[in-house]
Amino acid sequence: MAECHPVGFQWAMAAKERGAKIFHVDPRFTRTSALASTYVPIRAGTDIAFLGGVINYILSNELDFREYVLAYTNAATIVSEDFRDTEDLDGLFSGYDPDTGVYDPVTWQYQGHEPQAAARDTVIERETASPLQHESHGPGVSWRVDRDETLRHPRCVYQILKRHFARYTPEVVEQACGIPREKFDEVCRAWTENSGRDRTTALVYSVGWTQHSVGAQYIRTGAIIQLLLGNIGRPGGGVLALRGHASIQGSTDIPTLFNLLPGYLPMPVAQLHPTYSDWVTSICHPKQKGFWHHAPAYCASLLKAYWGEAATPDNDFCYGYMPRLTGDHGIYKQVFDMIDGKIKGYFLMGQNPAVGSMNGRAQRLGMANLDWLVVRDLFEIESATWWKNSVEVETGEIVPTECRTEVFFIPAASHVEKEGTFTQTQRLLQWREKALDPPGDARSDLWFFYHLGRIVRQKLAGSTLPRDRAILDLAWDYPTHGPHDEPSADAVLREINGYDVKTGLTLRTFGQLRDDGSTVGGCWIYCGVYADGVNQAARRRPGGEQNYVAPEWGWAWPDNRRILYNRASADPQGRPWSERKAYVWWDGKKGCWDGYDQPDFEKTKPPSYRPGPDAEGVEAIAGDDPFIMLGDGKGWLYASSGLLDGPMPTHYEPPESLVRNPLYGQQANPVRKVYDRPENITHPSPPEPHVGVYPYVFTIARLTEHHTAGGMSRYVEHLAELQPEMFFEVSPELAAERGLTHLDWGHVVTARGVVEGRVLVTDRLTPLPVADRVVHQIWLPYHWGPNGWSRGDSANDLGGMVLDPNVLIQEGKCGTCDVRPGRRPQGRELVTYLNDYRRRAGILESHHTPIITTDTAAESYRQGRPDK
Amino acid sequence: MPENSLYGPLDPAPDAGYVDAPPRMGFFTDTSVCIGCKACEVACKEWNNVPEHGLDLLGMSYDNTGGLTANSWRHVAFIEQPVSRDRLADRGTGVGGQAGNQPPAFAGMPTTTVAAPESAVAAATTGKETGTEPGVVPGPEPAAAAPATTQFLGMPSSVLPGQLPGGERTDFRWLMMSNVCKHCTHAGCLDVCPTGALFRTEFGTVVVQEDICNGCGYCISGCPYGVIDQRKGDGRAWKCTLCYDRLRDDMMPACAKACPTESIQYGPLDELRERAAARLEHLHGIGETSARLYGNDPEDGVGGDGAFFLLLDEPEVYGLPPDPVVPTRDLPEMWRTAGKAALTMAAAVAVAFLGLGRRR
Amino acid sequence: MGVRTWFESWPVYRQLTGTDPLGRGAAAMSRRSAELAPRTEAADSMARSVCPYCAVGCGQRVYVKDGRVTQIEGDPDSPISRGRLCPKGAASKNLVTSRFRQTKVRYRRPYATEWEDLDLDTAMDMIADRVIAARAATWEDVDDEGRPLNRTLGFSGLGGATLDNEENYLIKKLFTALGAIQIENQARI
Repeated sequence: MAECHPVGFQWAMAAKERGAKIFHVDPRFTRTSALASTYVPIRAGTDIAFLGGVINYILSNELDFREYVLAYTNAATIVSEDFRDTEDLDGLFSGYDPDTGVYDPVTWQYQGHEPQAAARDTVIERETASPLQHESHGPGVSWRVDRDETLRHPRCVYQILKRHFARYTPEVVEQACGIPREKFDEVCRAWTENSGRDRTTALVYSVGWTQHSVGAQYIRTGAIIQLLLGNIGRPGGGVLALRGHASIQGSTDIPTLFNLLPGYLPMPVAQLHPTYSDWVTSICHPKQKGFWHHAPAYCASLLKAYWGEAATPDNDFCYGYMPRLTGDHGIYKQVFDMIDGKIKGYFLMGQNPAVGSMNGRAQRLGMANLDWLVVRDLFEIESATWWKNSVEVETGEIVPTECRTEVFFIPAASHVEKEGTFTQTQRLLQWREKALDPPGDARSDLWFFYHLGRIVRQKLAGSTLPRDRAILDLAWDYPTHGPHDEPSADAVLREINGYDVKTGLTLRTFGQLRDDGSTVGGCWIYCGVYADGVNQAARRRPGGEQNYVAPEWGWAWPDNRRILYNRASADPQGRPWSERKAYVWWDGKKGCWDGYDQPDFEKTKPPSYRPGPDAEGVEAIAGDDPFIMLGDGKGWLYASSGLLDGPMPTHYEPPESLVRNPLYGQQANPVRKVYDRPENITHPSPPEPHVGVYPYVFTIARLTEHHTAGGMSRYVEHLAELQPEMFFEVSPELAAERGLTHLDWGHVVTARGVVEGRVLVTDRLTPLPVADRVVHQIWLPYHWGPNGWSRGDSANDLGGMVLDPNVLIQEGKCGTCDVRPGRRPQGRELVTYLNDYRRRAGILESHHTPIITTDTAAESYRQGRPDK
Repeated sequence: MPENSLYGPLDPAPDAGYVDAPPRMGFFTDTSVCIGCKACEVACKEWNNVPEHGLDLLGMSYDNTGGLTANSWRHVAFIEQPVSRDRLADRGTGVGGQAGNQPPAFAGMPTTTVAAPESAVAAATTGKETGTEPGVVPGPEPAAAAPATTQFLGMPSSVLPGQLPGGERTDFRWLMMSNVCKHCTHAGCLDVCPTGALFRTEFGTVVVQEDICNGCGYCISGCPYGVIDQRKGDGRAWKCTLCYDRLRDDMMPACAKACPTESIQYGPLDELRERAAARLEHLHGIGETSARLYGNDPEDGVGGDGAFFLLLDEPEVYGLPPDPVVPTRDLPEMWRTAGKAALTMAAAVAVAFLGLGRRR
Repeated sequence: MGVRTWFESWPVYRQLTGTDPLGRGAAAMSRRSAELAPRTEAADSMARSVCPYCAVGCGQRVYVKDGRVTQIEGDPDSPISRGRLCPKGAASKNLVTSRFRQTKVRYRRPYATEWEDLDLDTAMDMIADRVIAARAATWEDVDDEGRPLNRTLGFSGLGGATLDNEENYLIKKLFTALGAIQIENQARI
């Protein structure tokens, strides 16, 4: 946090000054570790083993915040009697299908709910990363469940969780993670002692956590701890993602992602959603609690925003225009399709995959096989120039005079040369005023895409082809201004907010969106950002002039709530859990919820409210159900659906590992997404032979002084000089073992690439004793490439693409490698060098590690189909 | 002319002729909360248009600036420091590294001797899986691959990181400190400047005037801290101005404004000294007995610094002189006689000029 | 300047006649020093902005004079950052005024070994033509079972996460209307 979010870290430091303890868990001792109360070194890729150990400590000592857990989580809910745990199946849950590589989740359901899951197609769900679509909405779970309030029923979630994590003992944590017993105990004690009525603990992660083949489950493990200790929805608590880009939160809320539409509405899938009603029903889940019940209004208003007057109730708001998914269309699939010549054109907007994406060689080979490429950036980044100065040009794999890709570099406007909103890591939208016009040909992306659309529409005007209706009927009339005809970002934000078609007045809250075509709403969760015709994101009432929640600085979705699910900051009766932690509470006299923040609850629904037996949707949310977006109104300790790789987190080794899974026969995530291609070789991992060819672990991260792929720092002298060239860090022990000398050259080798840099020998890395061996970890920053003022090799050339099945994000934070002193070979010799390694590892042509490494798969399959 | 103008406690602005001078302003840099982000270095350069110092990987931990120069007016030092177990037991703190009451950062971690045999077996297979493949650069023999402790590491310690003599892996802390011109009460640079380019501002700070400086370089040897420096290709002397232009408009200096954790605090020096004393007491109270103030004492060799520090170790560890003395300390005695003569001459010349002026 | 004024501005005169007999303070102050003021004071305008690097969302104030950014620093009003910036945020002026910024369209013809110049309008027109052609060549109406697809897999996009919400919104809207489903973002990476 100090390393990559220094200004955010001021608040951690402020807390420390007031007595808070900070624990920092990281493979490498960073600037955060230096200021933490305790640094906990960890073997990369073992976070579930570590956090699972904490869960075991909580449950086996019954240290959970029982009143919170009983009232607000699904701890008491009874699970199907057919469910089998990883305990029973050596690391697999019931329902695994070895042919498709995914689970049938029927047996994971709550008791009596099994049939709900019967129709699910988890193959398509994995291909389309559908759990990501549930980022803000629970998948279908009916709210009528069997519960045991004593938590003694052997199949209640509490007991299942307890059994599942029972083997995550301190000894196992020590063996798997390399964390000494006394340090682990210290973490457990501090975390539990600092949670409860009067105290809360925050769990903060940086989004490297998502870059694992079990990334979603990492975060789930943290969430389970925080729910058990009553740290969700309360001030000072939470699971806080420190996102790494100015508007990466905004980029998922209003996604440029293949499987999402604004507000986490799913893109239609051809096989599942041929009609409007199929699509809408799949989102609103009849019979469940919560605000997704109004999905028809969100969907209709989005289509009205897209197709304006053409969209009417009679034509299902032009749903027929919507393009359909059929499977995986994600960025990694695209890269391989580019290599295979299936994709003709590629737009890059402020993105530098030649350096910033995993497996840089595959990225560059893909771009070298396009018809055309458009790069929009401030600088001539590597993704614009790979055809003349990349490693592949060196090796002869890309020959400029034989490469047909036509490249357009269109300079971009900087953040001060355009206006618009960023959504920061806390869901807060902040409007930027424009300071001046962009120089030369530089233009905003708003300008570029508005005018591209305008020109395309002009060129297609008069077309009678059915396929052109969608683009010709598109609502694309934005007012423009200034010397370059810049479209109005303000007008776009109004459309995102939504307005009444008849009056043109902006809406105040998503509750005003309608399913009959009378409202436009470009992103339902952002509804309210232009409430009362005022750009709420531009509000800048000084922090010192308002309460500490600062509700009048910018605007947070939804409805300007700063802490989600903050109903949980009060007890079931609506009273603050303690005076010290008061945040939102029920004011009986006024008959409404009140507090420092906007209550994340219906304002006048009293704590005593109970739904009738036939209630659905919002009406079904009881007065003590804080988790208003989840189908049963509860926080999920156990996720009966929504995750493809299991209802509870389970420690799996990374796809590339040096050690056998110390917990189960199943080595790695059995549902991970693999692209088995020669450009994407995975190293042998136990129980395979030849693991020793790549005998060390590498992990990649950022430095304070640089930004991501370096496009905004290597060209900036005052930053670049602070970390002037590529280096990597090793422990003195590894340096001694490998003959590496401080400040001399060294290089790191994987099957995907070789990266050279200066060696920094430092105490900040330490060998970890793990199981029966010692694991050495190497750390590399990934900020460099061949362009810019400061240059060097790109660390991401080392990585491969093995994906988390839930969200299709790659395992980017740990792999195996070798490290050698001296510079890397150049030109053709580089290819020979890589091939020699591969030959010795037995992976010359292609290889991925076996998906299943236990003999229980057949049993899991059988157990998963109790009635078949 | 007060006796102590060149030595001892003094309020420098009134001494330099400012009537109704504002309170003396300065920096208190509390290294116990420094996160080493270098925002100060950048903010300073952005505001003062200081050119880049160049691309040079120094290998001194994360310090690639190297020191205070004409092109770096703030400099963040990084010290990777092995801490002996004895020392840890003394400390018992949570500042600037690991808490002494708690398990040390690397306690229980394998040492070199433990690491070698086991991992060496695994590593040895690297170059030897077949041992016959052509074109493979042979891996170093694990046992022979350790030139060990002779390399220069740019660290204060002369041994390899993590190893005290005896080979055992020790605990470790990472100290960071943002260094800057001290704006001494008795500023050697100013006292030796023959052109009047260096001057004392109404805030008690010491500033080089770029329109006056002729690049003679006398000031460089006059600084007991080695701060002031000449810029190549320009020749003039440059250093921190404590953002004199900003101060004149009641703005905070750029570095202090940017500092995310208030490691750099700006304010009236008296207030800062009080704050520092309280902070020191607090740190001592929580067992950080190695904390100390540096440059805060008006009785020291430079009459106290306008920019002073809270350190977590000996000043030498941070590359600071332990007992700086302004080189002009003995000047009054030496110049007492010579000065009188010089002044008389100058006065005579001045009167002549004035007469000339009146005649016109 | 009259000789008298000139003379009275002479440091030695001021030193001898003023309150600064050692000539190290008031008497030594040059005209430039005496007139110094922060350049933010002279700015033509100040825009309230947000740092473009990480997602903390620190407030920035952007000062402009004569069509150039002259300073970017923290916005003390921000309850998030309280006026502070990290080294990247503090380097924002350097970022937007960098001498390395490319402000002209560059065009690489197929099989070329060097860039050439291209007019922005021409480039836009060429890109539009290529979008239309790629779409026409790869259009899919229905799948094998006759279910609607309405799409093209002929081109794709990858956006950085420093795009504004409004920009992302228009990109997704345009891609969707063109039937282009292959649009991705740093958020997946």
